[in-house]
Amino acid sequence: MMRDDFPILKTTMHGKPLVFLDSAASAQKPKQVVDAISNFYTTRYANVHRGIYELSATATKIYEETRDVIKQFIKADHHYDIVFVNGTTEGINLVAQSLGRMEWLAGDEVILSEMEHHSNIVPWYLLKEQIGIKLKVIPVDDDGALQLNDYEKLFSSRTKLVAITHASNVLGTINPIKEMIAIAHRHHVPVLIDGAQAIPHMPVNIADLNCDFYLFSAHKLYGPTGIGVLCGKKELLKNMSPYQGGGDMIETVSFEKITYAHLPHRFEAGTPHIAGVIGMKAALQYINQIGMDNVFQHEQELLAYTLPKLKAIPGVRLIGNTSQKVGVISFVIENMHAHDIGTVLDSEGIAVRAGHHCAMPLMQRFNVPATIRVSFGIYNHEQDIDRLIAALHLAKRILS
Amino acid sequence: MSLRELYQDMILDHGKQPRNFGLLDNASHQHVGYNPVCGDKLKVYLNEQNNKIIAIQFEGVGCAISMASASLMTEAVKGKSFEEVHTLFNSFHELVTKGNDAETLGKLSVFSGVVEFPIRVKCATLAWHTLKAAIEHNPTSVSTE
Repeated sequence: MMRDDFPILKTTMHGKPLVFLDSAASAQKPKQVVDAISNFYTTRYANVHRGIYELSATATKIYEETRDVIKQFIKADHHYDIVFVNGTTEGINLVAQSLGRMEWLAGDEVILSEMEHHSNIVPWYLLKEQIGIKLKVIPVDDDGALQLNDYEKLFSSRTKLVAITHASNVLGTINPIKEMIAIAHRHHVPVLIDGAQAIPHMPVNIADLNCDFYLFSAHKLYGPTGIGVLCGKKELLKNMSPYQGGGDMIETVSFEKITYAHLPHRFEAGTPHIAGVIGMKAALQYINQIGMDNVFQHEQELLAYTLPKLKAIPGVRLIGNTSQKVGVISFVIENMHAHDIGTVLDSEGIAVRAGHHCAMPLMQRFNVPATIRVSFGIYNHEQDIDRLIAALHLAKRILS
Repeated sequence: MSLRELYQDMILDHGKQPRNFGLLDNASHQHVGYNPVCGDKLKVYLNEQNNKIIAIQFEGVGCAISMASASLMTEAVKGKSFEEVHTLFNSFHELVTKGNDAETLGKLSVFSGVVEFPIRVKCATLAWHTLKAAIEHNPTSVSTE
């Protein structure tokens, strides 16, 4: 029973067995991941790329091998390199600064979408302030899908990058990124994909997508916090300036002349989050045993189980009604604020997200101050949904 | 901890039908308060004469707790001096953070359940922080963070 791998699911919240429906914020960790980190610190820890002693060499080997595990997991071929970052957010900042700030000019343009997480808006807004780039925004329709006709029209001779999310952290919408990437490439524009919300829920095939940059965080994929992946085309990465300076990212240093290390180390200054990488590797191996196709299938079944039950509650309005969704559902209930509902659910032992989900422009688009967001992980089952629905009925009784 | 203690009828009533709601023309003091964590936002307007609040209104969006708190606050502070408001603010703060109920709080005691829900303290105090900033003529918007 896979739920047994997650010790936290046996705990209680306010005296009630925990129902965790906030995996889109961060997923719980299986004991295989916790044990891998613990074992590494207990018996195999040393810094990487440093010592000539065996312990460091072994740590380095495990650390570097993880790049291959990642490449296999996301089907990235030899055109791609894996850079360790501390998460999706840092990865986007890295591209914005190393590619954008160094190469682009005032008036150059980046195409984003209205459904982006703040982490795929703010780094570009910073560039707007720093060098005067312009942001173009793909609108979202009433169902929560990107309006592709408008997308095509946003390209100009000044477009330098398209930066969009693979799946919305609020709506659950899976964007047709393969098609969108092909369109961008016809305009000779590279594409960055924020994969934070897609990677835990569905199989991803980077070589098939042919994106230029793909980013995700380990912590949403049952791995540790503070570690993530920038998967980028070598052809682009090799011409990008260093992101941060420090040890490990250099070849030679003098006060007159510094030469930088080769890919991917050029972008990894300082002692990295080694245990994080070890934990991520364990998480990927754990998920591989289950199989991403099965994860996707499981969450689609839970969606099919949940959506009719939610819609049957009077006053419920779903935000995001596309047919292509990951296991993320946002909704509001008439005359009830998301935070009041969240408090009732909390008291019933049910963890959901209530708020703007770091996507304020999208909240504005749907004219809601906040939503309740329910998101699935591999450990959720139908009983969780039954508890949720019962608690929502309780919230209606208490709050009206 | 009891949800019913938090969501008492008076709170639900004021949350759904806030009193003194809407723009106040020619306000002598006004301020916007914002809770970036949850997105609650409200604006407090007041008119002061001889160091007394003679009119007070608010507008905004938020949860039942923040709306009810703003509504009951406007009722409680009308006619009071700035000094009296300051004292009341402190008593209210003591109530929702420590559970100390003072007689001077009157109807505001209905928020006594908040102390059991630390995550919701900011909802209950947003209006008060905003009023305080309006009185102090703080030019920038106030935040609960």
